[in-house]
Amino acid sequence: MADDFLRFRDDEPTEEPAVTLDAFLDQTNSSAVRLEAGEDVRLLLPHLHHISLIEVDFPRFRDGRGYSSAQILREAGYKGELRATGDVLVDQMDHMRRCGFDSFAPNAPIDPEVLRATLDRYAFRYQTAADAAVPVWKLRHG
Amino acid sequence: MYKYDQYDQAIVDARVDEFRDQVRRRLAGQITEDQFKPLRLKNGLYLQLHAYMLRVAIPYGTLNGKQMRMLGHIARKYDRGYGHFTTRQNIQYNWIKLQDAPDILADLATVEMHAIQTSGESIRNLSSDQYAGAAADEIADPRPWAELLRQATTFHPEFSYLPRKFKIAVTAADEDRAAIRLHDIGLKLVRNAAGELGFEVYIGGGMGRTPFVAPLIRPFLPAANLFSYLEAALRVWNRNGRRDNIHKQRIKILVHDLGQEEFTRQVEAEWQHILGNASDVPLVEVERIATHFAPPPFETGLSDAIDRSDPDFALWVDQNVKPHKAPGYAIVNISLKPVGGIPGDVSAEQIDVIADLAERYSFDELRATHAQNIVLPHVRKRDLYELWTALADAGLATPNLDLISDIIACPGLDYCSLANARSIPVAQKIADRFADLGRQRELGELKLKISGCINACGHHHAGHIGILGVDRKGTENYQLLLGGSGAEDASLGKITGPGFNEDGIVDAVERVTDKYLAVRQEGERFLDTYRRVGFEPFKEAIYG
Repeated sequence: MADDFLRFRDDEPTEEPAVTLDAFLDQTNSSAVRLEAGEDVRLLLPHLHHISLIEVDFPRFRDGRGYSSAQILREAGYKGELRATGDVLVDQMDHMRRCGFDSFAPNAPIDPEVLRATLDRYAFRYQTAADAAVPVWKLRHG
Repeated sequence: MYKYDQYDQAIVDARVDEFRDQVRRRLAGQITEDQFKPLRLKNGLYLQLHAYMLRVAIPYGTLNGKQMRMLGHIARKYDRGYGHFTTRQNIQYNWIKLQDAPDILADLATVEMHAIQTSGESIRNLSSDQYAGAAADEIADPRPWAELLRQATTFHPEFSYLPRKFKIAVTAADEDRAAIRLHDIGLKLVRNAAGELGFEVYIGGGMGRTPFVAPLIRPFLPAANLFSYLEAALRVWNRNGRRDNIHKQRIKILVHDLGQEEFTRQVEAEWQHILGNASDVPLVEVERIATHFAPPPFETGLSDAIDRSDPDFALWVDQNVKPHKAPGYAIVNISLKPVGGIPGDVSAEQIDVIADLAERYSFDELRATHAQNIVLPHVRKRDLYELWTALADAGLATPNLDLISDIIACPGLDYCSLANARSIPVAQKIADRFADLGRQRELGELKLKISGCINACGHHHAGHIGILGVDRKGTENYQLLLGGSGAEDASLGKITGPGFNEDGIVDAVERVTDKYLAVRQEGERFLDTYRRVGFEPFKEAIYG
């Protein structure tokens, strides 16, 4: 379970343990699933309506496949919890938030002060993503 | 040229603040070096053999006098009084202290510059045609599109940790001065039969240890969809590119492994998904950016005559001055390749001189080129003599553009921790051997490129003559390649055979040029002769 300051949702967290993608696809009554780096996130798309938690694992922080997985899930309309797990460091969390992650379960502790500064730092964004930020090209033209 | 608004400035300022905090946490031991390395690389800071090297972005090679002067200030204040222009139109400083880096970035931000994504596994600073906006053969200025992509690719969250680096080049002319087909993505602005603007999209080129000339993935991409299509290609690669072997992680390997057809199919399919995100930058914004690149107020009625009575000046005009689209104007190339110098190096004083001359003679605009030279894009022909005199006084009037001594060379083992061999002394010895300008001009256009290791930063694959430094049982050894080109007729050079020591490679180059002079036909450049007669006559000349 993520620490409070590492969860950016108001709903109650699901108590159900996340199952592997294979297990989930075998018995789709589960509502929590864990995606390893390199697994095809699009296999989940037909089932999003009854999933409440998707964990996306980062085996190494430099493995950036999970950012695309998150972005694809949000583009497909997934509204449930999207949790980044594994080698998740504070300097990656701003971009993870932009890609739609709304909770974090990092291997190593995160300093709440540094995280707050990180997430507050950029007032403007150049591009659309899965967050609510309005890209500057839109701000420029009203 | 492009001018920041409040948003651009706020983003660059935030980046300075972020990096300052990252350096603080690193120095306080809160981040390990392994964790810090990608963070500093994303900001252009490498750890080299002797010190940190900072690479500063010059987006698509365009800058003004004030920015140039700041580059000189940084050279003086934080380095050893000089800077080094790179093969990606950037500048780097080789003697930087980590604790100074945040202050340097803050200084750069005051003149709308930064070091964002100049290294690391990120979407790098874009490159473009150094004659953009001045060339007679372009269909439009490519730089508004390059600026659009600069913004759209800056801190793109989905592509935070790509498998490897990613380089984009944009041109708009038939003559390719930006080596677009040797980039991860090369874009050529074109018009279709209906007169609409769009891009030829080449994906999967590159040099390094596995060089490829990029195939044409899409012959016409509507200009309005430029960014979403790039996102599709990047996503296909980010999801499916290899991550198990650093030497096989560039997009070129994925394109090669999947094959052009299957790769194209996947990108087109992904693009259909991404189009739903409305991530494309609207044309009204393209128009806003384009106003920044409106042509300067060229005078009309100027004479095209040039007084050639000074023979040294006439020589420089013939070699370093190129046609401009506006009557009475010319494009001036400032060679950073004096005999005995280090290719691409300039002193802080020379930087100041160039900044002054750009302000006085070229509408306050200058360009860095991938051949490690500087361009003043808009000079009145009647000012050429005065300009040349000022350049000559500063040691900047070497009349050798595109000649054999206009060598591209990486920093090599003198600076770089990846290198296997030195590049700079080899470049100097070759320039010295061919120091006679008459001899160089007799040889004509001859692009010689030297890399000190297989990573190919010196573009040796694309040299008419290429030299690759390798480590052979603990000694430096140099392989010779012939027949490469980074231009519109892009091709990869072929290794001639066993390598040479430092002096031997200079002799081998000379045997190649002697052979060329012996067998060339009227009007043929070295590359043309090589392509006509083939590899064997040269091989025989080299190895006997």
